[in-house]
This record gives sequence, C-alpha cells and structure tokens, in this order.
Amino acid sequence: MYDYTDFDEAFVRTRVAQFTDQVERRLDGSLTEDEFRPLRLMNGLYLQLHAYMLRVAIPYGTINPRQMRQLAYIADTWDKGYGHFTTRQNIQFNWPKLPDVPAILSALADVGMHAIQTSGNCVRNVTADHFAGAAADEIEDPRPYAELLRQWSTDHPEFQFLPRKFKIAITGSPNDRAVTAAHDIGLRMTRNAAQEAGFEVFVGGGLGRTPMIGHLVRQFLPIADLLPYVESVLSVYNTLGRRDNKYKARIKITVHETGRDEIARMIEDRFAEVRPLFGGADQALLADIRAAFAQPNLQSRSVADYDAAYQANPVFRAWADTNLSAHRQGDHAIVTISIKAHGQTPGDATSEQMRVIADLSETYGYSELRISHEQNVILPHVAKADLPAVHAALAKVGLATANVGLLSDMIACPGMDYCALATARSIPVAQEIALHFEALKLEHDIGALKIKISGCINACGHHHVGHIGILGLDRAGVENYQITLGGDATETAAIGEKTGPGFAYDEIVPAIERILRAYLGLRLHAEETFLDAYRRVGMDPFKRALYGDEGHQDAA
Amino acid sequence: MSRRYIPKVVTANRLREGDVVYLTADNHWTAHHHEAELIEDEAHAQLRLLHAAGQKLVVVGAYLADAKAGPNGPEPVHFREAFRTRGPSNYAHGKQVDLTNV
Repeated sequence: MYDYTDFDEAFVRTRVAQFTDQVERRLDGSLTEDEFRPLRLMNGLYLQLHAYMLRVAIPYGTINPRQMRQLAYIADTWDKGYGHFTTRQNIQFNWPKLPDVPAILSALADVGMHAIQTSGNCVRNVTADHFAGAAADEIEDPRPYAELLRQWSTDHPEFQFLPRKFKIAITGSPNDRAVTAAHDIGLRMTRNAAQEAGFEVFVGGGLGRTPMIGHLVRQFLPIADLLPYVESVLSVYNTLGRRDNKYKARIKITVHETGRDEIARMIEDRFAEVRPLFGGADQALLADIRAAFAQPNLQSRSVADYDAAYQANPVFRAWADTNLSAHRQGDHAIVTISIKAHGQTPGDATSEQMRVIADLSETYGYSELRISHEQNVILPHVAKADLPAVHAALAKVGLATANVGLLSDMIACPGMDYCALATARSIPVAQEIALHFEALKLEHDIGALKIKISGCINACGHHHVGHIGILGLDRAGVENYQITLGGDATETAAIGEKTGPGFAYDEIVPAIERILRAYLGLRLHAEETFLDAYRRVGMDPFKRALYGDEGHQDAA
Repeated sequence: MSRRYIPKVVTANRLREGDVVYLTADNHWTAHHHEAELIEDEAHAQLRLLHAAGQKLVVVGAYLADAKAGPNGPEPVHFREAFRTRGPSNYAHGKQVDLTNV
C-alpha cells in the first residue's frame, strides 16, 4: 500500500502541531467555541451527545497491520477499548477528551494516519471497493486513483470552502461494491472499444434528506483526464452550488435544478479550460503511486487442506459459504471478517480484536487489510490452505460469525446512542433484529438481504439503498421507524420506497418479521432473493403484511 | 391566552471531558439532571442561559432543554434528554456507570 512520503509526513505533523496549539488556546480561553468549532471539525473532532468523537480517515478503506495496532493502542489509551468502523470507511472513537486529542493525532501521525478532511465542506475521505486489488471481477485496482484524488484534494485551496461536503467513491469492478451511484462523484472503471481502461463518471448522487441516484455525465473518461475532469466538476459545483440553504447545497440539488445535460455541458466547457493546465505532473505522480500499490507476490498453494476442512467441519463450511469471496487467483480467497456478531454493535471492534486482525493479516494476509463501507474488515489475500487457521483464530475473539451478506450483516449508524444529529436510536434496533432472527433460526433460510438503518434523515446508515431500509425519526417526542423496501446499493442502484406509516420502537422488529415471513411465503424458490421477489411482486403484499388489508388501504 | 411555558433546565457539555452537565440554582454544574435548577419563567431561563454561555472555560454548547418536576427534582421530557442523563444503550459506558462509581 501507499506509504507516506516526506511531504505527507511533514504536512500531517504540521497540522498536528497547529491543532495542538489551537486546543491549548481553546483551553486557556484565547479562542471561543465559535472560533474553535470550525478548527476542530477540520481535524475530525465532533462534540456528540455524551462526549467528543474523533473521526479518523482510513483512505479508501486501506490500512496496514501496524496502523490497526495503533488504533487499538489509541482505543486502550485514550478511549474505552474499542473503535467504530463507519460507512465512510473511517473509524470513530466515541470517548476522547479534548486535552488528549493532540496526543491521539500525534499517535496517528506516527503511523501515517490523520483526521484531516473527515468533516467540513471539503472533499472528504475518498471511498473505494473494499475488495480492491483482490477481486476476481476487477478491471483494475482503483486505489491508485483514489490516492491520487486524496493527494490532489488534500488542502486544495480552491475546494476548502465548498457549498457543502463532497464525497467521491470509486470502484474498479463492474460489480459496484462502493455505492458509487450515491456519491457526489461516482467513478466506475470500464473499458472502451479499444480495451483501454477508463471511468464512467456519475455526478449528483447522494442519500440524506433528498436521496438521488447519480447521473452519468461521461461515458468514458480516459485515466489521464481524471484529475482535470474531477476538478472541473468541483469547479462548476463551487460556482453554482447553493450557499443560501444548507439543505439544498449538495451537488445532487445543483444537478437536479440545473439538469443533467446542462451540468454535463458546463463540466465539459470547464474541462476544456482546465485540461491544458495539467502538464503531466499528475501522471508522473500516478506512476509512482501505482508502484506503491503493486500486488503482493501471491504464493501458489494446494487447496487440499481447505477442501478437507470444508468437508469435515460444518461450522467452517458455513463461514466459508458466507464470508469468502472470489479472489482473482483461484487458490486464494477474500475473507470478510464480520464485525456483526449477533447482538453486538455493527462496526464496533475491540482493541483485542483489532490486534488479532493485525496479526492474522501479517501471518496469513500479506499484511493487507481493508475496511468496508458495510462496517466489516477484509483480509483481501488469504491462501485457501490457511483459511481453517484464520477461521479458528477469529473464532477465539468472537470474529467468526458466518453472516456476511445475510440479515444480521446490517449497516447501522451510531444513532441517538452517540450522535448529536440523530432523531432516534439505530444500534439497539440492529441488535434486536439480529438476535430475534437468530432465535428464530430464519437467517440462512431468508438468504441474501441488506438491512440498513439510519437514526436520522441524513442517512449515514444508507437506509435508502437497503433492500429493507429503516429510518428512525422523532414523531411527537417518540421514536418512530419508517420502513423502505427495494433499495439497492449496487450497479443497479435504486432508492427504496416507503411502505407507509412508521412503527414505534417496540413494533419495528415484529414489523420486519412480518415483511420477511411474507417474503418467505411468496418467493418462487429459495434462490429468489428478497430483492428479486420485491421487484417481481411490488409493494402490495408487503404492505398487507405490515398493515393488514384495512390498514393497507389507509396506508395507500 | 398565552401558552404555558414549558419548564427548562440549562444543559451543556463540559469543555474538557465532553460530559453532559446541568446548571444548578447555586451556579454549579452537576452531572445529575435531578439536581438542575428547574426554570419556570422564560425571561429567567434566558438569563440563566446567558450565564451558562459566559462560562467558556467550563462548558460548551449550552442550551435550554424541556423538563418537568419530579419527586426527586427535574426530569427530562424528551427521550433525547433522557438518553443524555444515562449514556448509550449498547454499552455500560458514560454516566450510567460513571455516576454510580462516584
């Protein structure tokens, strides 16, 4: 993976020194909170419900074992022994104290990490396919491009005060695991007629208050044009984006109000101006970055031990069936470590678990790790021969749950257990759904299912693109949960449709059960997934299951 | 007829630790909601909020939260404020354990 250059190192150290001084001045009263707030947010420090929260960037979800151990050290030293992996491929610490934050940032800098641009109206952490560099279906590893974008956008003077935050996602595979359609810019690698690699460019996607699927503005963007084109998109947005109303300030609203064709034309016009200014330095830099992402030298190994364990051990087999994905080299696999044990907080890993993951990465995984937007951790390259040992080691620390892609592999935002913006809780809803269906032993029968839960309209839990989405709201001082069905986060992205009136906190788990029992009753066969069945039959049978025949009419 | 004023407490987070605190009638910050001053007059509430906002080295983000009288002192009205008196529901972290260990 990419290691910091002297330039990166000096930049981060300078920022730590600067913020250390700012914290001191806040604590001695030289800075008011109004003055300090934007400074702390620029360094990822929020004030949440019960404490401060520090959001640390994990660029494009790539992290090495040394960094993972340092996160464990930070969790033990300055927090409560755990960290929360988020849908933005970041990690959040929920309990730092303000005077300790400079030391935490310094400890992060020691391993080439930081919290810069994890907040504020700037280009945020660029997210990527969590199987990047390993997936069998990949055209190219997207991470060199993500790193190029990271370097270009870091402290970019033109884009530090955008109308609103700006999120870029990139995938190197036609199977979109990075939810590119729901980002301000989504980049999907593709090939043109000459078989050259490039990007499809989507602009104006986003979830939140006004969910929208991104519009395709460029069918094929040559790799050499990536930075000037993205700069042109941002330039147009920076000019047109609405600063009068923060709810209308994201580029999705700009695209919606301006129209896809006009925005595409304006981007191309700007691109014609910007492109000649790029003299090739970016491509030289890209070549260096590519070298840093050279593939590990994968050893060829027999799969006999794996096959034997698969036949002999049903627990291992269940895990292998759900938590492994196809690697481009047949004798290897991609391991998704579920951070979703039934009843646990989705995305939370203890410091002990982080250390075990780091050890496994070094011993069996070529020292590579990824964090997924689905709040799991990935060992991207593991020889199948080593999988029984990896599984056994994971089981010892509660990380061998065989549920990836199933009901309990839910996304849940922190919700009102932590977040100051939340309107309802998310985490206990996720915990109860997982435990309820575990007790019913229905999870494997239900099969592939994405449930995504957000504790407010801002949709950090991606509820709009969940097959079943749950949105927690405050209805007259009571927690209320709205359900959407039919959302899709992949290359066939879709925004889910509301079922009707919401459900109280103690009604939401039974409501989800009614939906899923209806699905089990109407599916054509066990291979017809919930999403496929929904697309075939539509909303009506689920509305009836939720509200009854009478309520169904009221709801409609 | 004017609407009856919903009583308030002044609440904030401690600047250094981030802990949730409440303003008492004798100008201290307490971790216990029931020790807060229950303010039943709007003008007085604004004065108390101004007092809190002036304590820049002690607290951050002071605001008025709805409250009601209870047998042991003020109680939160909204569930958000009830959560703030305890801490998160997924772990025994925050005030729900910190206060019992005092």
